Amino acid sequence: MVFRFLQKVGMGLMLVLWSFAARAEYAWNFPTPATPMAADTLHVHNKFMVITMIIFVVVLGIMIYSIYAHRKSKGHQPASFTGPGTKAQVFWTLVPFAILLYIDFILMGIPAYHSVLLMQDTKNGAEMVVKVTGSQWRWQYEYMDGDAKGIQFVSTLTTTPDQIANQAAKNEHYLLEVDNPLVLPVNKKVRILLTANDVIHTWWVPAFGSARDAIPGFLRETWVQIEKPGTYRGQCKELCGKGHGFMPVVVEAKPEAEYNIWVAEQKAKMSAASADAGKEWSQEELMTQGKAVYEKNCAACHQPDGKGIPPTFPALAGSKIINGPNFDASGKLLADSHVDRVFNGKNAMPAWKTMLSDADIAAVVTYERNSFGNTMGDLVQPSQIKALR
Amino acid sequence: MSTATATHHDGHHADHPTGIMRWLTTTNHKDIGTMYLTFSLIMFLIGGIMILAVRAELFQPGMQLMQPEFFNQLIGVHALVMIFAALMPAATGFANWMLPLQLGAPDMALPRLNNWGFWLLPPAAMLLLAPFVLALFGIGDGAVATGWTFYAPLSVQGGIGTDFAIFAVHLLGISSVMGSINVLVTIFNMRAPGMTLMKMPIFAWGWMITAFLLIATIPVLAGGVTMLLTDRHFGTHFFDAAGGGDPILFQHLFWFFGHPEVYIVLLPVWGLIPHILTTFARKPTYGYKAQVYSFWAIGILSVVVWAHHFFTVGLPTPALLYFMYSTMSISLPLAVLFFCWIATMWKGSMTFETPMLFTVGWIILFGIGGLTGLVLADVAADAQYHHSYFVVAHFHYTLFAGGIMGIMAGVYYWLPKMTGHMYSEKLGKLHFWLTAIAFNVTFIPQFFLGLAGMPRRIPDYALQFSEFNMISTIGAFTLGLSQLIFVYNIIRTVRGGEKATDKVWESPEGLEWTLPSPPPYHSFSEQPVVK
Repeated sequence: MVFRFLQKVGMGLMLVLWSFAARAEYAWNFPTPATPMAADTLHVHNKFMVITMIIFVVVLGIMIYSIYAHRKSKGHQPASFTGPGTKAQVFWTLVPFAILLYIDFILMGIPAYHSVLLMQDTKNGAEMVVKVTGSQWRWQYEYMDGDAKGIQFVSTLTTTPDQIANQAAKNEHYLLEVDNPLVLPVNKKVRILLTANDVIHTWWVPAFGSARDAIPGFLRETWVQIEKPGTYRGQCKELCGKGHGFMPVVVEAKPEAEYNIWVAEQKAKMSAASADAGKEWSQEELMTQGKAVYEKNCAACHQPDGKGIPPTFPALAGSKIINGPNFDASGKLLADSHVDRVFNGKNAMPAWKTMLSDADIAAVVTYERNSFGNTMGDLVQPSQIKALR
Repeated sequence: MSTATATHHDGHHADHPTGIMRWLTTTNHKDIGTMYLTFSLIMFLIGGIMILAVRAELFQPGMQLMQPEFFNQLIGVHALVMIFAALMPAATGFANWMLPLQLGAPDMALPRLNNWGFWLLPPAAMLLLAPFVLALFGIGDGAVATGWTFYAPLSVQGGIGTDFAIFAVHLLGISSVMGSINVLVTIFNMRAPGMTLMKMPIFAWGWMITAFLLIATIPVLAGGVTMLLTDRHFGTHFFDAAGGGDPILFQHLFWFFGHPEVYIVLLPVWGLIPHILTTFARKPTYGYKAQVYSFWAIGILSVVVWAHHFFTVGLPTPALLYFMYSTMSISLPLAVLFFCWIATMWKGSMTFETPMLFTVGWIILFGIGGLTGLVLADVAADAQYHHSYFVVAHFHYTLFAGGIMGIMAGVYYWLPKMTGHMYSEKLGKLHFWLTAIAFNVTFIPQFFLGLAGMPRRIPDYALQFSEFNMISTIGAFTLGLSQLIFVYNIIRTVRGGEKATDKVWESPEGLEWTLPSPPPYHSFSEQPVVK
């Protein structure tokens, strides 16, 4: 009776699985490849899967036949051999291993060799270089050469906390959406340099077929050559702490003309930002900008109300560091002051000098000194931050 | 099972203490084996509860039950508990119980070491689990949250849970090395007269290679985590580039232990499977020598392929090629083993009692684990598989199906010998079918999740992964609950039930079946002679 029940359950499960299979949009394999590397990987994967399926079915078939035919209940008498007896048997025993040798080192081994060389060939014909820096828990991108040289920005998750907490409807690209995606031109070989600020991260876009670790203190490299314009999404895939599931990679591939327009826009923004750093800001401007910067970059750890999650993420409300001076009488930055901590970081606190503009740092420091019950009343100007660089 | 043994033979052997002191001070291999197996079962359930909490969180997208920090603690401690406190002690428990019986020895060679080896385990388990409890009282921020691999610099950043886990690994390592020394000394010195190495039960061979591997690799792990400890607290920079160190060094040290560890866990199982096949196919083991040589080949290869666990860190091309081809070559000795197992069944006269069912299921599911391992060796494709759910599914096919289901086959096979009672065949079969089906419902969807691009160790996921995660969670809970049948069946068998005969099965081979069921407290006081 139990077995009949199990049979029914098994059939039910098969039906459920089958109904999923029937849904065409559901993924049963790697995503459609967007780079030569991903196409190669998909090809290798499919070939390997077919080969292993054949091995599996053949071996399973032999076993099932044996289970069916050589059972006591059918009166089968046990043989007593413990190895191949005749020369012919020795030969047939060796055949499976010859086939396996052929599969391992020729059928799969030779294409695998070429794939490795393709994957490792980051430099030949590379037309541009982008540096990717992983940090807890966001990606930074910097364009290293060509017209785009000098463009750099931080890419942070935009999915809101209330979606994660199930208090709001989830977006279509829940957890796979960012404020500033990496923008790359199509059909250009892009060499990607990787490093990290704190712990190891892995930069991975499944449609590109390339995953490479970003290791603090070292440079690693990979490459992509995107063949079709579009938005490609991936994730960090090396456990990097509590935000590991919340630092997606989003890449927008644009045709060359559109890419050039984007570069020009970014350049214009950069000169505007540098003009901002030169001017004197009012308290109101700093506070408005500071609140926006805080909510985007700081609130995840120090919490929206500034109370933090002690001991790992200290409270800002009533903090000794915040309620102390930043500069000495001669205008020199004091060690372990508020600006020093934001600018240079310490332990789990990142060094924001590489991630935020002068104006953003000045604004967020001003905001923190005058919020959450902190009433320092002083302003930090972007020009003061600029002087520290 | 031990209660039964005790009441049975206390009349003859009243020279050991009773109650708790019996277990604390015992040097008897059967008592110690029982303690190892019981400990393993308890930790198996604890590790299982942890992962059910994780699967419950992953039932739907969004964070429902816990914070990401706690999620990270659960996945890492689940793995440490299952590998170090469930799988390895189960194998050591079998070694303790069965090696002396199979070799015709009166006990293990080093009984006091044996006692110490076991009693290091409960403190180690407490060290692993204590940070969870301490966090409830506001001390520290919970258990180790780095996954079981302790990768620096994430582990340098972690809280006191990491230190607790480092010391737990030290204790577990010392215990394993002592157990291994004991196994080796027993095998080399205490075999019955006439039993040459090549006449030894194949279970002893599996364990011998495991013991060599443990002694070779555990010190490297201990060294690695000690370096981590000094990086954390004493200002060294082994894994910090700013001080001239390298985070990847830790991965090399860890996986130099970590890859052989897979075979450390699997070899005792590969040793016990041929015994079960022989018994239920009523036919001698096929290719005994071939199996022994394959054990050696796999043992040796396993210490030279470690870097395939981190192909994506950016190794130089020659290293990638070397580790790829050496990893692929493991498939050859493994194929020899599969060949021998199936050839042992071939033309036998098979019956399918629970141990045989588990063994057949084990061969099929472990086969899937092995074949997917072959694809993972391909460096370029590994960039996709690596740290995705594909890998999670793969190593559960080797460690749950290939490890735990093999152990379960062993439990059903030897439990009647240990306790003198037959287990319930009906419950055993039910347990097998539920386990085999639920296991596949849990892990087949994870292959597809990985291919679709879901990274492992994430507490929350994008919407396209929802359905498969839901199926996987349903499977996991069925799998978890099915194990209660196993526990009930064991308890029931220990407490009583139909008497088992001395041979238990129709025509099993080996010295252990020449003894009564259960065997007397002191067996083989005079060594049997093997011709």
